[in-house]
Amino acid sequence: MEQKLKTDFDKFISNSNFSNQEIKLKKESLDNFLKKGFPNRKLENWKFSDINQIIQKNIGELTFYNNYNIENEINDNIFIKEIHHNKIVIVNGKVERLSFEYEESDKIDLTTLDNFNQNPNDDNSLLSLNNSFSNKIHNILVKKNYSFKKPLIIYQITNEKVSNTNINFQLNFELEENSSIKIINLYDDNSEKNFINNLFNFNLGKNVILKNYKIDKKSNTNIKYDYSSINQKENSISETFIFSSGSDYIKNEVSCNLEGQYSSAFINGIHLLSKNKHHEIRTNTNHLYENTKSYQLIKSVIDDSSKSVYQGKIYVDSKAQKTDGYQLSKAVLLNEQAEFNAKPELEIYADDVKCSHGSASGSLDEDSIFYLMSRGLDQKTAKELLINGFLLDVVEKITDEEIKKLLKNMIGLN
Amino acid sequence: MRDKQIEDLKDYKYGFSTNIESFKAPKGLNEEVIRFISNIKKEPDWLLQWRLKAFERLKVLNEPNWQKPKYPKIDYQNLYYYSAPKSFKEKPKNLEDLDPKLLETYKKLGIPLQEQKRLNGIAVDAVFDSVSVATTFKDTLTEKGIIFCSISEAIQKHPDLVKKYLGSVIPITDHFFATLNSAVFTDGSFVYIPPNVKCPMELSTYFRINASDTGQFERTLIIADKGSYVSYLEGCTAPMRDENQLHAANVELIALDNAEIKYSTVQNWYPGDKDGKGGIYNFVTKRGLCKGKNSKISWTQVETGSAITWKYPSCILKGDNSIGEFYSIAITNNHQKADTGTKMIHLGKNTKSKIISKGISAGKSDMTYRGLVDISKNASNSTNYTQCDSLLMGNKCGAHTVPYIKNKNSNSNIAHEATTSKISEDQLHYCQQRGLNQEEAVGLIVNGFCKEVLQQLPMEFAVEAQKLVGISLEGSVG
Repeated sequence: MEQKLKTDFDKFISNSNFSNQEIKLKKESLDNFLKKGFPNRKLENWKFSDINQIIQKNIGELTFYNNYNIENEINDNIFIKEIHHNKIVIVNGKVERLSFEYEESDKIDLTTLDNFNQNPNDDNSLLSLNNSFSNKIHNILVKKNYSFKKPLIIYQITNEKVSNTNINFQLNFELEENSSIKIINLYDDNSEKNFINNLFNFNLGKNVILKNYKIDKKSNTNIKYDYSSINQKENSISETFIFSSGSDYIKNEVSCNLEGQYSSAFINGIHLLSKNKHHEIRTNTNHLYENTKSYQLIKSVIDDSSKSVYQGKIYVDSKAQKTDGYQLSKAVLLNEQAEFNAKPELEIYADDVKCSHGSASGSLDEDSIFYLMSRGLDQKTAKELLINGFLLDVVEKITDEEIKKLLKNMIGLN
Repeated sequence: MRDKQIEDLKDYKYGFSTNIESFKAPKGLNEEVIRFISNIKKEPDWLLQWRLKAFERLKVLNEPNWQKPKYPKIDYQNLYYYSAPKSFKEKPKNLEDLDPKLLETYKKLGIPLQEQKRLNGIAVDAVFDSVSVATTFKDTLTEKGIIFCSISEAIQKHPDLVKKYLGSVIPITDHFFATLNSAVFTDGSFVYIPPNVKCPMELSTYFRINASDTGQFERTLIIADKGSYVSYLEGCTAPMRDENQLHAANVELIALDNAEIKYSTVQNWYPGDKDGKGGIYNFVTKRGLCKGKNSKISWTQVETGSAITWKYPSCILKGDNSIGEFYSIAITNNHQKADTGTKMIHLGKNTKSKIISKGISAGKSDMTYRGLVDISKNASNSTNYTQCDSLLMGNKCGAHTVPYIKNKNSNSNIAHEATTSKISEDQLHYCQQRGLNQEEAVGLIVNGFCKEVLQQLPMEFAVEAQKLVGISLEGSVG
C-alpha cells in the first residue's frame, strides 16, 4: 500500500496546480499517514469498527489517485424541489457548483485556502489522509450579522466513474459574529465500493447559530468517514442532526469545542440499519469554559445482522464550572443477529457540574405490541408504529420547522 | 535501599543475617527464582511446570498501558519475589514506636488495643489469644467439611481440588499482571465449601494473614460446590507502611449449581503521603465464574487506600439463570488514583447482572469507573442494570466514567445510568444548621451517597467501612 500511496500522490500532485506551500503541507500529511496507516481496533476510538479491516474486506486494494480534471455532468433532477435553497454540488470529491442565489453576494466570501490546519501529532490518521489527497479547500465566510435567508444544501454525489477509489473532501466554514446558517448535507451515491473521507470545519464566532443536518439515506456499498469539527465562541449554538441508514459502513464523528461561555452544542442522531450494515456515531463534546451546555440523543433501530455503535464523550475542563451535559443513547434490536455497542464516557475535572449519561438497549416492548394488537393492529403494523414513535422523538428535536418537515418526508417518518 | 538494610543486618552479632538471607529469594525475575519459590514451598512438579509455563507466557506479554493513572516504570528485575516473615527484631516493639498518625486512625476506627498490636505484628501474647480464637472457629468449620486454609497448605493437602480449579477462571495466559502472579505467587487463601453446606460464619483473611504474613503476590481460590453458600471478607484495614510497592494478587471464585459466593473487600492499603509519595500499587485481578445453573456471585468493595487502584472484579455468567452483582465505593483523596469497575460477561440464558458504583474524588485525585457489560448471542433474556454515580470535591480532582456496552442479543436488555455532581450547597447548609460542623456534614452526606453499597456489607464490616469513608475524606473540604 505504501508504494501505491506514494505513486498515486506524485501523480496527483503533477496533475494539479498546488502552490509550493500546499505541496509541502500535503507531503507532510502523507508522511504522517504513511507512518500510522489506516486506524485499526487497537486504537481506542476504533475499537468497535476496525476501518482498516473493513476496507480490506470490502474493497481490497484502494486507488488514492482521483482525477479532479474530469468534468462531471450534473443532473438537475436530483435537486430537492420542496424548498428553495442554495447549493454546493460536489461530484467525486470535486466542487462542481457553488451557487448562493438567494443570498446577498457581498455578505459571503468564497475563497480557497492555501493553508490548512494540520496537526501531525493528531492520532487521527484519516485527517492526514484527507489533507494530503483532497483538492483545493473551499472556504465559505459568512460576514458579521448576516443570516442566511434560505438553507444551504450540500449535495455529495458519486458517480460510476469511480470505484475502489479513496475520495477525500474538505470544506471550511467561517461564521462571523451574529451570523447564522442552516446546512443540509445530502449523500447521493451512484457508485460502488469507494472509501469516502470527508472533513468539515466550522468556526463559530460570538452569537452564531449553526444548524447542520446530515442525511445518508440512499442504499449504497460505499464506506464513509465523516468528521465535523465545530469550534464555538461565546453564546454560539450548534445543532447537528445525523440520519444514517444508506451506506454499508459509515462513521460520523462530531467534535465540538465549547470555548466561550453560554455556548451550547446539540447532537442528535438516528441509526436505521438493516442487512449487514455497520454504522457508528462518535461525539466528542469538550466543555472548555464556564456555563456551557451540551445535549446528545442517539437512537438506533437495528435489524438483520447489522451493527450500530455509539461512542460519546463529554469532557469537562477544570475551568468549565457550571457545565450542563446530558447524553442518552437507546437501541432497539429487531433480530437475533443484530448488535449494539456503546461507550458513553464522562471525563470530568470540575466539581460544580451536572453531567449524566444513560444508555439502554433491548428488544421492542412486548406489552406495547400486545396493547396495539388488542386495538386491532396486526403485529407488523404495531411494530412499525412503535419504531416510528421511537425514532420520531429524535426528529422532533430539529428546531427548524421547514427542514423538519422536509426531512420527515424524506426519511418517511410521520 | 533494601540491599543496604541487609548489609546493616549482617553486622548484627546475633547471627540473624543468615536467617534473613535464607528466607529471601534472590532479587529478580527468572526461572531460578520460580524454582526457588516452588522448592521452598515443597510444591508438586505439576505446579512448578504450571508456574514455568506462565513465566514463558510472561516473556512475550507486554505490560498494559491503556489505563488512566500512569505510573513510573516498574523494574521487575529489582524486586524480591519471595520474602519470608520479617524477624521480630525489625518490627516496632511497642505502640509508642509507631507513627502517632497511624494510632490516631486506629482510634477512630475503633480497633481495640490488642487488635492494634496484632495488626502491626507486635510480638506480645495477644497473638496467642487470636490464634486460639482462630482454632475454635476451625473446629466448627472442619465439622461441616469446609476447607479453609492457606493455598500452600491446600496444595499439600488437597492437590486434586487445587489442580482442578487453579487457573480455571484466570488462565495463565491472561493479562500481564495475572500471568506474573501465576508465575510467582507466594501464598493466599483457599476455601472449599462442600455441597449443600451453608458456611455458618463469615470467613475472613483477618485471622490467617497475621499467622503467615502473606506476600505481595497472593492467590486466592474459593470454590462453592453445589447448593452451598459462603461469605468471604477480605480486610486490609490496617494501613501498611510502605514505599511504592506492587501488589498483584489474583482471586478466583467458582460457583457451581445453586451456589452463592459473596466476596467483600475493604481495602485501605497505604495511599502515600499528602504529596503523593509512596503508597501501594494495587493491581489485582479478581474474577468469578458462575459455572453452574442458578449460581450467584456478588462482589462488594470499599476502596479507600492505595496510591493507585487498578482492578475490575468480574463475573462470567456461564450457567443459565446465574446472577452477578457488583457494589463498589471508591474514594480517592490527595494524589490517589483509581481506575476500577467491573466486567459482566453474560454467556448463559436468563442471566442477570447489577452494577452499583459510587466514586468520590477529592483533593488532587483522579478516579475512573471503567466497566464492561457484554451480552453474547446465546444469552437470551438477560438483563443488566448499571448505575454509576460520581461525587467531586474541589476542582483539582477528576471523575471519569468509561462504560463499554455490548449487546448481541435482541431479547436482552441493558440499562446504564451515570451522573456526576458535587455535594449540594443546600444539603450542606441544612446539616450545618442542625449543628454539625462542615466535616461531619460532608461525612454524613457522603455516607448517604454510599448507603446502597454499604448495606451490602456484613454488619461489622459496614460499621468499619462507614468510619473509613469519613476518615479518607478528612481535610478535603474547606
